[in-house]
Amino acid sequence: MKLGIVVNEGPYQHQSSDTAYLFAKAAIAKGHEVWRVFFYHDGVNNSSKLTEPPQDDRHIVNRWSKLAEEHKVDLVVCVAAALRRGIKDENLAQGFRISGLGQLTEAGIKCDRLITFGD
Amino acid sequence: MSEIKKFMFVNRKAPYGTIYALESLEVVLITAAFDQDVSLAFVDDGVYQLKKGQQTKGIETKNFSPTYRALEDYDVEKLYVMKESLDARGLSEDDMVVPVTVLSGAEMGALMDQQDVVLSF
Repeated sequence: MKLGIVVNEGPYQHQSSDTAYLFAKAAIAKGHEVWRVFFYHDGVNNSSKLTEPPQDDRHIVNRWSKLAEEHKVDLVVCVAAALRRGIKDENLAQGFRISGLGQLTEAGIKCDRLITFGD
Repeated sequence: MSEIKKFMFVNRKAPYGTIYALESLEVVLITAAFDQDVSLAFVDDGVYQLKKGQQTKGIETKNFSPTYRALEDYDVEKLYVMKESLDARGLSEDDMVVPVTVLSGAEMGALMDQQDVVLSF
């Protein structure tokens, strides 16, 4: 199945980015395609390369980057939500790209399922 | 992109206090611009988004409720409000800034079941 994922919450503050990531990994392991992950609301904060968690904690941002690299997952950050929160190309982590909300609509149209993670 | 899907945006939160309602409205407008079959559901505190007479000066936040009146121009005319949510908050259809269809929770559930994509904010 072709899957789209929406992440609406920021990293560390909220479980939803972790759950979305673990879901994506499990889906890929089962042979599904994760076509795009769209980061919206505070979810855009998952894309900041300035993120530095303590060493004994998971690195949520790098984890997404690795997933993108290994499985060609398209990580899209909403431009309007990103600019509101100080996320720009200059502090964007590897594998992410900033684009418009149309990319979320497109994921809804093209994917067999669109799954939202957030409050 | 000629394929048309049924998108439902489920609005569950009060208009202010968090940014979900405002940013949800932004996706609605974009999705309508993609010529998709768009409908909006308002449940729980989401019904407050359509409340008439919003005054936001005191919290120095933009009152975006007039945007709901502009939805018509984007051919977004299917707005559904859940009756139980209105009742629980002492509101009625007359308190809404735009014409809406009031549905019971069961009817709302049935409508959600018919959608291709449900986005909940």
